[in-house]
Amino acid sequence: MTYIRPKFRHPDLPKNDLGYTTKEYEGSLSTLCAGCGHDSISASIIEACFELSIPPHRIAKLSGIGCSSKTPTYFLGNSHGFNSVHGRMPSVATGANMANRDLTYIGVSGDGDTASIGMGQFVHVIRRNLNMVYIVMNNGCYGLTKGQDSATADEGSKSKAGSVNPFQPIDLAGLALELGASFVAQSFSGDKEQLIPLIKAAISHQGFAFINVISPCVTFNNNPGSTKSYDYVREHIESTGKTDLVPEKTEILTSYESGTGTDVKMHDGTYIRLEKLAANRNPFDRMGAMNALQAARNRNEILTGLLFVETETENLHHTINSSERPLNSLLQEELCPGSLVLADINDELR
Amino acid sequence: MPNSKVNNFVIRFANVNGTGSASANYLCAKAIFRMGIPVTPKNIFPSNIQGLPTWYDVRVSEKGYLGRREGVDIMVCVNPQSMPDDVRSVRSGGYFIYDSTKALHPELIRSDVTYIGMPLMEMCLREFTDPRQRQLFKNIIYVGALVALLDIEFEVLEQLLAEQFEGKEKLISLNIKALKLGVQYIHDNFSFPLEIRLERRDLVGDKILVDGNSACGLGAVYGGATVVAWYPITPSTSVVEGFETYAKKLRIDPETGKKNFAIVQAEDELAAIGMVIGANWNGARSFTATSGPGLSLMNEFLGLAYFAEIPTVLIDVQRTGPSTGMPTRTQQSDILLAAYASHGDTKQVLIFPSTPKECFEMTAESFDLAELLQTPIILMTDLDLGMNDHMSEPFVWDDSKPYDRGKVLDAQQLEELPRFGRYLDVDGDGITYRTIPGTHPTKGSFFTRGTSRDEYAAYTEDGSVYARNMDRLLKKWDTAKDIVPAPVLYQQENKSPYGLIFFGTSTYSAEEAMDEMEVSGTVFDAMRLRSFPFNKTVEDFIHSHEMVFIIEQNRDGQMRSLLINELNVNPQKMIAVLNFDGMPITAQFISTRINKTLSPAINTEAKI
Repeated sequence: MTYIRPKFRHPDLPKNDLGYTTKEYEGSLSTLCAGCGHDSISASIIEACFELSIPPHRIAKLSGIGCSSKTPTYFLGNSHGFNSVHGRMPSVATGANMANRDLTYIGVSGDGDTASIGMGQFVHVIRRNLNMVYIVMNNGCYGLTKGQDSATADEGSKSKAGSVNPFQPIDLAGLALELGASFVAQSFSGDKEQLIPLIKAAISHQGFAFINVISPCVTFNNNPGSTKSYDYVREHIESTGKTDLVPEKTEILTSYESGTGTDVKMHDGTYIRLEKLAANRNPFDRMGAMNALQAARNRNEILTGLLFVETETENLHHTINSSERPLNSLLQEELCPGSLVLADINDELR
Repeated sequence: MPNSKVNNFVIRFANVNGTGSASANYLCAKAIFRMGIPVTPKNIFPSNIQGLPTWYDVRVSEKGYLGRREGVDIMVCVNPQSMPDDVRSVRSGGYFIYDSTKALHPELIRSDVTYIGMPLMEMCLREFTDPRQRQLFKNIIYVGALVALLDIEFEVLEQLLAEQFEGKEKLISLNIKALKLGVQYIHDNFSFPLEIRLERRDLVGDKILVDGNSACGLGAVYGGATVVAWYPITPSTSVVEGFETYAKKLRIDPETGKKNFAIVQAEDELAAIGMVIGANWNGARSFTATSGPGLSLMNEFLGLAYFAEIPTVLIDVQRTGPSTGMPTRTQQSDILLAAYASHGDTKQVLIFPSTPKECFEMTAESFDLAELLQTPIILMTDLDLGMNDHMSEPFVWDDSKPYDRGKVLDAQQLEELPRFGRYLDVDGDGITYRTIPGTHPTKGSFFTRGTSRDEYAAYTEDGSVYARNMDRLLKKWDTAKDIVPAPVLYQQENKSPYGLIFFGTSTYSAEEAMDEMEVSGTVFDAMRLRSFPFNKTVEDFIHSHEMVFIIEQNRDGQMRSLLINELNVNPQKMIAVLNFDGMPITAQFISTRINKTLSPAINTEAKI
């Protein structure tokens, strides 16, 4: 079954700098369960790309396997998509990025896809600081196989069937910080006001940008006793402050009262505006972010917002000193040394 | 009457791994090559960095036979660990050259072998002070001894050293000194040259001496590969190292100094093939190299690339399996795994090079084939071809031939197209049109997936649509049969009821065995396979012979199984000739097995 969205849109829909409405950024109708947190994240991705006026065809969206990995069908229908194999999206994204450094890469994964089968590739794509956005739609369970606990399920969290998870959870945001990720954020699918600017900032970031989004599974993990239910998350959420991305590449004139706001200048000239930043929070302080995350966990709170950013960062293309031009655009005459050079090579082997 | 002992022998060096012996032994082989005499060096090394025994065989063959030959005519033994075995492996009438610093145990004395003892250790201690030099030059001193004993031309060695250490005069003179010490010792103590010796010839022509892995790496540079992802594994590692060495010389942008290539050392083989698939999907030519264990890991991704139709180039340098097997020994035992890699109904295109020249050109061609057929192309080489130097025809490149990028639509073509269908068989050959991400603002985007989909790349669970797609993939498979490298027939017309089929590194010894058997009265027709799928020529060859011998290097006759599975042929007449002990197959092994089948009455014990 393929769901096609009706073509009609309100004629007065707002347009972005490219003259596009959100219609150009939508995908097929979702086949996920009604109320699934993932659909809200898809909507946030659409809105973020629309607001940033990125030509949709200059985005590549990639995923692994699972409910979360189905979502790229439901956003950015004018972008090429790649639904790869379970847990291996990072490697496909790495190859794609090496081939063409000029596209925007948005990878979508789930907690099973990232924290279990894909853990190996997840940690290595962080190490390499690949220039991509990596969003985990984290619901603490395996939805497509009907609700088994995942590796991010909290210890003591109760499943729909009533069993209590006995294992320690893997904290993906904490892990990303520990491994040196250059952009780490955490959010909640039900908080678009926070999530959209975070996605925009992640796209503007010129390195590996990780967003762990708690995204309740309405069918299998939204029951009382679950720590990934809508009710639980709403009650236990704690924000680092309000975030916005200022796309104008002009000087920021706004000034804040001391201690209430910070503008973070990104490498591409945009600014992440952090308002009402919680006391003692510095977005450039990795250690502080790790401590704050752990402290929140100890209080049974979920710390959301931008946790850490390193704006001047070397991504994999810088590290390996590859061509500024996309490698997939190089021509045969630039790639093939030809028969005269080969004659010399033959001579060296005689 | 030519002297059969001139330019016709095997010399084996028995060394300790990690003592720098391989380069000294290679120097010796290269000198023989430069004297215009066909030579085949083979490094027989342990899975170890330092300390275990290692051997280096050099076969010299006036007739130009390049396969391995059993039996050692001259043993140069500088490893006490392996000495008893090394003494045993010398042919009757052969020579045993050893380090006589320590006296030889009386039990190691054979009456049918001539012993040439040189106090190598003592000479090194006397002549050199640096500990590393004392170790390294021991090897050069015995090469010097061989100069006198075998009539290696001294000027040739001087020239080779000058080339190898260009600009390092001190090293050159130290090496020359060590060589001369060896020469002098033989002059002072033994009669020379030996009966087994060398004479300059002009039998090499414009041939080159190179290993298959370097040739594959160079082929990938010429084939336009820009993204390389890999995970280290013997014996494939030097493919990527070869690519990197050549790319650093030939692929640096002159203006910016930046690399027109990207190499990523992946966390494992799964990631390596994933990266290759991602890069090819995004329009770059990309490859990985691995060996059996890596191929096992890559199976899931190979199924995705087959089903989602993504060009992929994979070089499998086969080693001895199963599992970790003998990781530094050769085999042709990944054939079935590669041919049907991944779950579900899959068939993968395999290419079988048998010389460094073919490693070069077939690697380059694989990128065209992958994009033409939009499927994985697996180049099936092996440790023997990949890691040993082989005398080969020189590399050839046709500058007038453009890369064939296959059916890729550009923005203009998309603009003119009423509706793009990624999996729509427009041309009727089973090969559909693809687009590269970022090509056109509103046309040509599609969703690549490993799940079933319709002609327009939309997800479907409609069984008839799924089956239609699977049938189209078979049609593409049929199209591939006449695009992939054709088999090589050794005769215009059949002249024998018996046929030989072989491929890859079994070729050298199969050709030699054919000559041998022809001399003793049995003529064979022969065909060298160069690819899978098999085309009609292969089927016709089998049908037109009463008995067909399939020569391969694995236990189970994997190529035989593949032929029987894919073609309508009678298994009864398909006889497997199988060598699987990890050493390259020999001509003698092949002819012995075939003779046994053809003349069961002859008592084999009486023969050898």
